[in-house]
Amino acid sequence: MKEIKILGTDCPKCKRTTALVEEVIKETGIAAHVEKVEDIMEIMKYNILSTPAVVIDEEVAIKGRVPSKSELKELFSN
Amino acid sequence: MFDWIEQFADWVVFKLLSMEPGQHLAEALNFFIYDSLKILLLLFLVIFLMGIVNSYFPIEKVRNFLSRNKLYGLEYLMASLFGVVTPFCSCSSVPLFIGFVRGGIPLGVTFAFLITSPLVNEVAIGLFVGLFGMKITLIYVISGILLGMTAGIILGQFRLERFLTPWIKEVLANAEQESESFQLEKTPFRERLPVIWAEVIKILTGVLPYVLVGIAIGGLMHGYIPEGFFERYMSKDNLFAVPTATILAVPMYSNASGVLPIVQVLVSKGIPLGTAIAFMMGVVGLSLPEGMLLKKVMTLKLIGIFFGVVTLCIIISGYLFNIIL
Repeated sequence: MKEIKILGTDCPKCKRTTALVEEVIKETGIAAHVEKVEDIMEIMKYNILSTPAVVIDEEVAIKGRVPSKSELKELFSN
Repeated sequence: MFDWIEQFADWVVFKLLSMEPGQHLAEALNFFIYDSLKILLLLFLVIFLMGIVNSYFPIEKVRNFLSRNKLYGLEYLMASLFGVVTPFCSCSSVPLFIGFVRGGIPLGVTFAFLITSPLVNEVAIGLFVGLFGMKITLIYVISGILLGMTAGIILGQFRLERFLTPWIKEVLANAEQESESFQLEKTPFRERLPVIWAEVIKILTGVLPYVLVGIAIGGLMHGYIPEGFFERYMSKDNLFAVPTATILAVPMYSNASGVLPIVQVLVSKGIPLGTAIAFMMGVVGLSLPEGMLLKKVMTLKLIGIFFGVVTLCIIISGYLFNIIL
């Protein structure tokens, strides 16, 4: 079970990232728990400077941009 | 350099659509095709180049550089310069602000970065080269850097730390110097390219509708507004023109890429360039949505001071341009 967090305040890029992550999980059928983190204090604990960011099992995998689908698939399968 | 685009536009309008040269509609259409192709090409080039730079020099490196090196006053210039090559989305302004200040970077220096980064960005540069040419673009970029620097230095003098919101003060008080080991990512260019490419396409498709609508409106105005129309209302001697243009520009934001093509036509019809540049800086550099986001870390008073100082600097540079150009 993967613990996936999407960090980002309510911006268009963050929404697109969330949609993509959910899409990839549906397509690949990976067991994962997705959480959206919108609280800025919570976000800052991950020490990032730009949003959106994708955190997999407490490790920042993507920051500051919307990932591509194939990228996410690869990250989730590791 | 763009002859072939002009020939293509001529061919489409006069040969393919067999319209008469000299007609209002034909000239407007010709202008639209030529301008959109040229600007698209330039936007593509600039965004791509900036994407490469940014891939090798991400924001984390900027922060580390600014917080670890003693720069003896040069830090304002460096922050401002970094702002040019680092793309910035206004929704990242809060994490960026906290990250910078927590890394021990002074408020004034952080502001210098926050001002220049949106003001001189890849989309603005691409549009400027396409619409106004290299010389004006260079003037815009250099003055953008100087403006961020100056406003940063001024803001740094005010000891603004007391106007931060309580919780951010707490965050700063508890912050120990973070020893973040920045892993040098040794990703080869071949693997970076797809990521850079995807960003380029995303940015381009994002601004494309605004740019096209802007050029279309500009094209229509180009054909229908008589030469020198605005000189009567907005001459260089009109002292109120620059502040009015700047203050009108501050609330405009998401349609910056649509506004620039229109401004270019206004300039060609007689609006002084300094007034126009002040207007564009207001559109591109300051935005109310950004101000709203910053409310999380700054009190309204601080946001007011921040916007006020930047607006003032923009107005002054507008006057300067009208005198020099």
